[in-house]
Amino acid sequence: MTMNSKTVSNVKQGGKGTGLHNSLVYIRQHWQLYVIFMMPALLLTLIFKYAPMSGILIAFQDYNPFKGVSGSEWVGLKHFTRFLSSPDFMRYLVNTLKLSVYSLLWGFPVPIILALLLNRIQSAGIKKKIQLVLYLPNFVSVIVLCGIVRIFLSVTGPVNLLMGTDINFMTMPEAFRSIYIISGIWQGAGWASIMYTASLSNASQELREAAVMDGANILQQIRAVEWPAIKDMVVIQFILQAGNIMSIGFEKAYALQTDLNLPASEIIATYVYRKGLIDGDYSFSTAVGLFNTVINVILLLVVNKIVAKMNDGQGI
Amino acid sequence: MNKKKITRYSGQDKALLTIGYILLGLFVIAIIVPMVYIIVASFMDPITLQNKGITFDFSKWTATAYERVMTNGQIWIGFKNAVIYSVVFTVVSVVVTLLAAYPLSRADFRGKGFFNVIFIITMFFGGGLIPTYLVVSNLGLVDSMWAVILPGAFSVWNMTIARTYYRGIPQELREAADVDGASELTFFFKILLPVCTPVIAVLVLWQFVAMWNSYFDAMIYLNDSAKQPLQLVLRSILIQNQPESGMIADMQSTAARAQLAELLKYATIIISSLPLLIMYPFFQKYFDSGIMAGAVKG
Repeated sequence: MTMNSKTVSNVKQGGKGTGLHNSLVYIRQHWQLYVIFMMPALLLTLIFKYAPMSGILIAFQDYNPFKGVSGSEWVGLKHFTRFLSSPDFMRYLVNTLKLSVYSLLWGFPVPIILALLLNRIQSAGIKKKIQLVLYLPNFVSVIVLCGIVRIFLSVTGPVNLLMGTDINFMTMPEAFRSIYIISGIWQGAGWASIMYTASLSNASQELREAAVMDGANILQQIRAVEWPAIKDMVVIQFILQAGNIMSIGFEKAYALQTDLNLPASEIIATYVYRKGLIDGDYSFSTAVGLFNTVINVILLLVVNKIVAKMNDGQGI
Repeated sequence: MNKKKITRYSGQDKALLTIGYILLGLFVIAIIVPMVYIIVASFMDPITLQNKGITFDFSKWTATAYERVMTNGQIWIGFKNAVIYSVVFTVVSVVVTLLAAYPLSRADFRGKGFFNVIFIITMFFGGGLIPTYLVVSNLGLVDSMWAVILPGAFSVWNMTIARTYYRGIPQELREAADVDGASELTFFFKILLPVCTPVIAVLVLWQFVAMWNSYFDAMIYLNDSAKQPLQLVLRSILIQNQPESGMIADMQSTAARAQLAELLKYATIIISSLPLLIMYPFFQKYFDSGIMAGAVKG
């Protein structure tokens, strides 16, 4: 093992057994842990996560890319006021919230139900085959998924052929959320059920046998045997998803947008992109993004508090 | 496992189970039917497809859609780029993640709290789109593949999963290595990693699929069409309705071009989705063990 000269020189001979001293000795002995193991991750984090955080300053400026942060004019909360007082603000906020809250409410129970049903299937072979199919859509890309949705729902597409109609679903704002949520369940529910299936495999077999002996019906069995096995997972998943309500993804919403369904499909994430990178309004876009992030952090903390209260002090 | 099969369901239970299985069956059908439809439709001729949808009259099937898509250069450029980006991203990301997880998995590691805080903050708070774009652009990475690879390469979430998995490895292994005087690196690569195959397999699969299927970073950072990955090529064909020029240029009327463009979408979907759909069942055996490793609270 070669010695790192810098850390060696930091460790003075004859130092007392202080915490700092011990740490330095430890670092010298285990320098590989810092230089080889931690360094790459730390550098990536500092460059691509922390450096952008300092870029948030431009939300309080009229940022000019040619002048840089130091040369641009400071404008305080101008962009925040502009966004919060514009009629668009409410619409995009509501669109974002509706899309993610409805996605959560409709989508959250489906994987749990799938896992409970899969767990009841006695034949391992059939179960495996069904899982193979259920997981399949997860490997279809967002673009292909949205491409399929657009083809199937187009005026000349199979859905209209089947119904003998010519409805252009993709141009209807009122259809957007249903399309988004249903296609989301189609794609993700099977994959999300893995977590619950895996948790269910830890369900106590004795407990189940005892429950069956006692003549418990299926619902009672689920309550006594299966629910305790998946409860923690359900709580964790719910916190994670509820906490991320404001960070609903850009990619799918953007790929399902058409000019005509924008009244329902423009969410904060797509708006940030449009204002920032299409219109080049860097400062305004950053302000909107920051607003979104802050709300998201608050939401996460609140949800975590609530769940902790309901779950005997156990949050995440 | 000796699962005792005690299945004496009451009438009410049977009804409940039947409803449940019907729903499960419907879900499975809802996945299979569209996929079969797309496969069959990709072999139709454009006019039949528009007027009648699909037919199972095999004599009328044709592979013209595939010929047109596969002779188009842009699709293959997209494939090539997607393979390069996904492989490089997976290697970089999994290596960095596995490395960082190791010190953090050790009880004696000094500075664990500091690193944890640094990393966890990034899970909740970030600079957002424009500040990140400006950093990447200031580093001169626009139109470079590193712009899509580096920013997301270290995933705190995946690191947590790997760390949890390491912690489940018996302590005796570590002690045996200490006795042999193995360095950290030797222990890590020769002893620890070989017993972590399930979690490595899952991370590899996740990162590969994530990069293969993503388009946002490529859309904002890669303008040069020679550098675009498959998903961006697909986007112009499937979402923006702009088939690559060579694909339909020979058709005379606008209507014929539109019909053909519609048909080509089906073949494009099949060709582009096939690699992952074929690959994934080989990873299935790792799903449960690997994913559970990460699902347990770290």
